[in-house]
Amino acid sequence: MATIAVSELVRLDGVALGYEGHVALRDVNLRIEPGELIGIVGPSGSGKTTLLRALLGETELYAGDALVADNTRVGYVPQVETVDWNFPITVEQVVLLGRWRTRRWLPWVSRSDHARAHEVMEQLGISEFAHRPIRALSGGQQQRSFLGRALVGSPDLLLLDEPTSGVDIKTRHEILHQLAGLNHAGVTVVLTTHDLNGVASHLPRLIALGEETVLADGPPSEVLQPAVLERAYGQPMLVVRSGHETYVLPVPEEAPGAHEGEAVPLGEVEVIAAPDHDDA
Amino acid sequence: MLEPFEFGFMQRAMIAASLVGGVTAAVGVFVILRRLAYIGHGLAHSIFGGAVVSFTLGVNFFLGASIWGAFSVFLINQAARRRQIGGDAAIGIVTTAAFAIGIAVISRARSFTRDFEAALFGEILGITSQDLWMTVAMILLISIVLFLFWKQLVFITFDQDVATAYGIPVRWVEVIFSLILAATVVAALQVLGVTLIAAALVIPPVVARMLTDSFPRMFLIAVAIGALTGLVGVYVSWFVDVSSGATVVLVQAAVFALALLWGIVESRRGRSATRRAERLAGLERALND
Repeated sequence: MATIAVSELVRLDGVALGYEGHVALRDVNLRIEPGELIGIVGPSGSGKTTLLRALLGETELYAGDALVADNTRVGYVPQVETVDWNFPITVEQVVLLGRWRTRRWLPWVSRSDHARAHEVMEQLGISEFAHRPIRALSGGQQQRSFLGRALVGSPDLLLLDEPTSGVDIKTRHEILHQLAGLNHAGVTVVLTTHDLNGVASHLPRLIALGEETVLADGPPSEVLQPAVLERAYGQPMLVVRSGHETYVLPVPEEAPGAHEGEAVPLGEVEVIAAPDHDDA
Repeated sequence: MLEPFEFGFMQRAMIAASLVGGVTAAVGVFVILRRLAYIGHGLAHSIFGGAVVSFTLGVNFFLGASIWGAFSVFLINQAARRRQIGGDAAIGIVTTAAFAIGIAVISRARSFTRDFEAALFGEILGITSQDLWMTVAMILLISIVLFLFWKQLVFITFDQDVATAYGIPVRWVEVIFSLILAATVVAALQVLGVTLIAAALVIPPVVARMLTDSFPRMFLIAVAIGALTGLVGVYVSWFVDVSSGATVVLVQAAVFALALLWGIVESRRGRSATRRAERLAGLERALND
């Protein structure tokens, strides 16, 4: 019988998984240790959400072993597109849903649930919207409300599906900052993202999916490689590194050397900075 | 004005209509937010079949119709799980087939005409004390189950996808909700009849939704509207000499029309206030320039 090591939070060994008999991912081998911050990248339909849901135990397992350490409290933040926005619910009520297990046979919540919900809303900067309907908020505030629902149960493992999709650059930065803060506080964070430049390249560990499996797993310097990205996205990609920053750009099909892994001439590169950063 | 209150059958009718109006509205809140209005309509027809069969077999109406309703729910759930069929088609097939069984039984035994009409259009004025107590017992049972599964139902209705991730046994709660719905339809059958139950399930919650953006408030408003319109509907039917079930639904429709009108006036008032504020701001800017 497969077992999980004390140092591991999640362990997938030779896993094949999917839904209703359809295999979405195969040969998946994965270890997640407590305190990690991980991004899952890959094109649409590559199985990012499926892998996340596998960690929730919500997919069908066709081969291998999938283990999550005992007594792991898991918080989940879905893609906001899955939510029914017609439902009349306030931010506070959304956050309190995360405490449904306490006094589960009573329809009302306890004082301690209220106190915990307000503590989390304060922490996320949404307490001023507590009594506003969630559909009246901006994308970033809605995302933070769902993060609040996940956090109110004090999770050890936080799973987020595209937490920065549809938000502006400033909000994206704030959400990432909050996730980094939670991670520093000891929460293991696993998120999916389409944003290779604004999100993925800033995470300490990436898992790249494509061709129905894990193509690469490691730090961005190893995963954000032209060969890996071309396999994942099916088109040549250019990776530009500048100090700690990494930028991924699609290469036009007609670019010479694009398929041979040769250097691609960029032509003239213009860096535009704000006036007070001219000397940067 | 107090004349209707002097008669025992009217007292029983008003109590039954208020209770049934309240409970159909309570369950209806979940029905409309889950966009299941069709299942309410379908189950009413299906349970009609059960009512007819229980009459033929000499079985207690509440018992027979409840078992028939629960069996319909079971068949709908089984059929809906097959991807090639889907939920709405499963409801359509099972409920119309169950209704057709009732019609077939009626066509074989023609002595049913009166009971057939009562099941179709309701016969609230004919409610006996025993019927009333049975209705109260069923409503009590529905209320207890709603009370116990409140958090799970709210979570599933708002965000079913995530409810599973948070450990809610979604499939079981779905079955329990379907059974609550079937019990509600059985409780409402004698009061409103098959043809009007869907309206009582839908109108009060829709009006409540138009009036508030808070779920607990929506629930309370819907129950209040359902109970009050039940009472007022039966009371008014005494004076206008129209079927009580139809009057209850017409009163609810009138409340809906008022809420709609109020919503239109409010949004126009809001728009003109915005335009006024914009004009004032423009004037202020022009003066400052």
